[in-house]
Amino acid sequence: MATQAADNSALDIETGTAPDAVVVRFAGDSGDGMQLTGGQFTLSTALAGNDLATFPDFPAEIRAPQGTLFGVSAFQINFGSREISTAGDAPDVLVAMNPAALKTNLDALKPGGLIIIDTGEFTKRNLDKAKYDVSPLEDGSLAKWKVLAFDISALTIEAVKPFGLGNKDALRSKNMWTLGLALWMFDRDRQPIVDWLNAKFKNKPDIAGANIAALNAGHAYGETAEISGPLEQVHVAPVSSEPGLYRTITGAEAVSLGLVAGAQLAGLPMFFGGYPITPASSILHHLARMKEFGVTTFQAEDEIAAICAAIGASYAGQLGVTSSSGPGIALKTEAMGLAIMTELPLVIVNSQRGGPSTGLPTKTEQSDLYQAVYGRNGDAPLPVIAASSPADVFECAIEACRIAVEYMTPVMLLTDGYIANAAEPWKVPDPESFEPFEVEFLTETNNPDGKVLAYKRDEKGARPWIKPGTPGLMHRIGGIEKQQDTGNIDYDPANHQAMTDARKAKIDNIAIPDQGVTLGDEGGKLAVVGWGSTFGPIRRAVDNCRRRGLDVSHLHFRHVWPLPANSGELLRKYDKVLVPEMNTGQFKTVLRDQLLVDAKSYTKTSGQPFKIAELEAAIELALES
Amino acid sequence: MNAPVKVETTLKDWETDQEVRWCPGCGDYAILKAVQRTLPQLGSDPANTVFISGIGCSSRFPYYMETYGFHTIHGRAPAFATGVKLANPDLDIWMVTGDGDGLSIGGNHLLHVLRRNVNMQIMLFNNEIYGLTKGQYSPTSRIGTKTPSTPIGSVDRPAQPCAFALGAGARFVARGFDVSKNLPDVLKAAHAHQGAAFIEIFQNCIVYNKDVFNEFAAPKGAEDRQLWLEDGQPMLFGSEKTGGVKGLKFDRQNCCLEVVDVVDGDWEAAGVLVHDVTNRSAAHMLVELPFGEFPMALGVIYDDPRPTYESGVIEERKRASEGKDTSIAKLLAKGQTWTVSGTAQDPV
Repeated sequence: MATQAADNSALDIETGTAPDAVVVRFAGDSGDGMQLTGGQFTLSTALAGNDLATFPDFPAEIRAPQGTLFGVSAFQINFGSREISTAGDAPDVLVAMNPAALKTNLDALKPGGLIIIDTGEFTKRNLDKAKYDVSPLEDGSLAKWKVLAFDISALTIEAVKPFGLGNKDALRSKNMWTLGLALWMFDRDRQPIVDWLNAKFKNKPDIAGANIAALNAGHAYGETAEISGPLEQVHVAPVSSEPGLYRTITGAEAVSLGLVAGAQLAGLPMFFGGYPITPASSILHHLARMKEFGVTTFQAEDEIAAICAAIGASYAGQLGVTSSSGPGIALKTEAMGLAIMTELPLVIVNSQRGGPSTGLPTKTEQSDLYQAVYGRNGDAPLPVIAASSPADVFECAIEACRIAVEYMTPVMLLTDGYIANAAEPWKVPDPESFEPFEVEFLTETNNPDGKVLAYKRDEKGARPWIKPGTPGLMHRIGGIEKQQDTGNIDYDPANHQAMTDARKAKIDNIAIPDQGVTLGDEGGKLAVVGWGSTFGPIRRAVDNCRRRGLDVSHLHFRHVWPLPANSGELLRKYDKVLVPEMNTGQFKTVLRDQLLVDAKSYTKTSGQPFKIAELEAAIELALES
Repeated sequence: MNAPVKVETTLKDWETDQEVRWCPGCGDYAILKAVQRTLPQLGSDPANTVFISGIGCSSRFPYYMETYGFHTIHGRAPAFATGVKLANPDLDIWMVTGDGDGLSIGGNHLLHVLRRNVNMQIMLFNNEIYGLTKGQYSPTSRIGTKTPSTPIGSVDRPAQPCAFALGAGARFVARGFDVSKNLPDVLKAAHAHQGAAFIEIFQNCIVYNKDVFNEFAAPKGAEDRQLWLEDGQPMLFGSEKTGGVKGLKFDRQNCCLEVVDVVDGDWEAAGVLVHDVTNRSAAHMLVELPFGEFPMALGVIYDDPRPTYESGVIEERKRASEGKDTSIAKLLAKGQTWTVSGTAQDPV
């Protein structure tokens, strides 16, 4: 690399200078509560006014055998006094709660970075489980990092003694002790965490007390312990952001809120049919708690029933929504075809994960694009929208609802495991700022000569939405080819041609905004084209390259099907087009097919997001070749 | 749910202008007429009635009913119907399925719509064959059924639709057959039942499985082979003309039903059981009676309502919404927030 990437700014602990960004990774056993620790640290970071991005990285097993390498759960956060667009390439600080956590996360740590280790867990047994022959604390293998090793387990047990818990229960507070230390390190307020613990354990005051005691003890340890060497307080200044009200938000929360807002803008109650699947289940969980907003959630017997019930609800006049991840989306495919044939609105959210088959349930990937765009029997087009970040999903969900009801079509909204789980600060939008798109159902016949024409199209190509229960408008719909206008069964060759064309034209002509340049110039040597959650790393990599004087621009696509009308014209203004994707080149294929541009791939399918450094290297290579 | 308003209609009002495309002589015609004859008697409103089906011969049914209709995909009609009912509980839903659609590809959904107890009438046309795909054996075909896919006879044991329904937790189970004059009464009882009402209708596929139900459905000998159940009435069949009146008695020793002769009409002396539609144990025995040794149990076998799924969902939503703020602005700003004013930070 020619220069240090901005997101890689080293945490200069020794000189005590304020860094503009810090990356911290909490790693422990999947039973150690690292995701909780990370989540609360995120909240305190947001409240301190830093910009941030997070990356929860956990195993598919719920309680993997303790101490094992595959049972390690990690949470990475990048926060700073400037705009943060990724969870960071390499941590400055690694908190390792056991030998397995150290081993699996050490490679990522920046040279000179700080490791905080709980020596209480570095027993012979745990070292064996982590496949260490010799303790790394003793063999000098950690020499290139700063190591702060002490017995967090014992200190926690000591701190919670007054609560009379057994050792096993007492050790559950270890994560709060660690969080307390981290809060001290970065000079954070403990009160929000104390409030949260009190609320969480409202009915178990002893447990709340023990956790708070552990939190305070960890904090006090940092403050008072006489530690020579690496542990010093670090101040990361607040970022200057647009004035307004802020909160942190994960993608799963944002998509739920966006769907609720979208249904309200459409003036409709929402029906959500879901089936548990990682990493999409949290959308079902969030919506199940929003019943007062006219939301019905239905946990179906399987993925197929989830989408079918949602289509049934749309048919009856509600906004049907379903959500899943790749394997579940595969099961829903036939029903999507029916929604396309019967031209009913529907929003399908796909939180993509590593595939094929069961693949990597808890890891992220963008490999369902072909499935979304092409993956149905027959000529069955539907619009596909992809979200770039947790905050962006909110707007994308509203957009999906709008297109679904205005065009009487199912819409696929793509997110991924990274977006679903990651958190970022979010400027709370004013709901009034969104244009309503209130639905008008057909209430009187649209045919002066008699029977209602259920497939008479409007200027957008959409058929009327007719609720069962409306007097005089009885009609039948189904998956068999429809006669134009009437919607009666019709096998006539010319009619099938006309209906296939009409379904295609409706989707092709959906009004979407023109594609713009996300960062850089309209034309030049290289366009880096992205979609979905690669937004952050691409933006940062392009920004870094441009600062070094390279002629490169970033074009991020939200609408991946149909493509914005000006896409071809715009991309042809660049000598080269590079498409980084977490798949084997799917959007590249769509661009080449639709626009006849010579797009080249840069791909990765490791279940991990792109690193900025990787992308910068790929950009340099593309410019040189 | 609003009380449905009775509407005056005639059979004609329920017929569509679409040409009926079943094979001439198909049992489906008789079922269609029975339904079209029953709905005016119920005072049903065509605009408030929805027929929802899956795939198969039976599932073409909605196209011939001048109501709202949704011909969906293979086996999934129960899921669509559940969504429709949850979205608008006031709609009167009739689901139409078959032995292949409902018990093979859609067995899972049928199980769940019954256990959830979504208020609708479910008519399963059982012809023990796949008709629309040209005659393969179905999950209700008897062992040894010879078809294109089982040229030397099927070897798997058939499913029993009513036993399946009871096992799934159905609160209403009834049986009828296509040309039976009693079918409208069975349909009316199903309609009156609040909850998922399951009706197995034996249907004669004259092309691929002709007359397989003749053993009990043929008019000749019907009295001896059909046990029409009526709530509060003794379980009697046969007649003096055809070799004597018989009844079903509970065999205590073997914990099963047995056939007993009734002498001089004194069924009480013979120990004949009185049908109680709320007796679940009796229902289990009635749906499993081996035909031949026993008559075919027909009519309303079981009818014991429980609260419906949609009423539970509505009630829960009401409870969860009580006293809650429904401002979207407040929802968006939920949780811990902070305000940025100018460039300074103000954690709140």
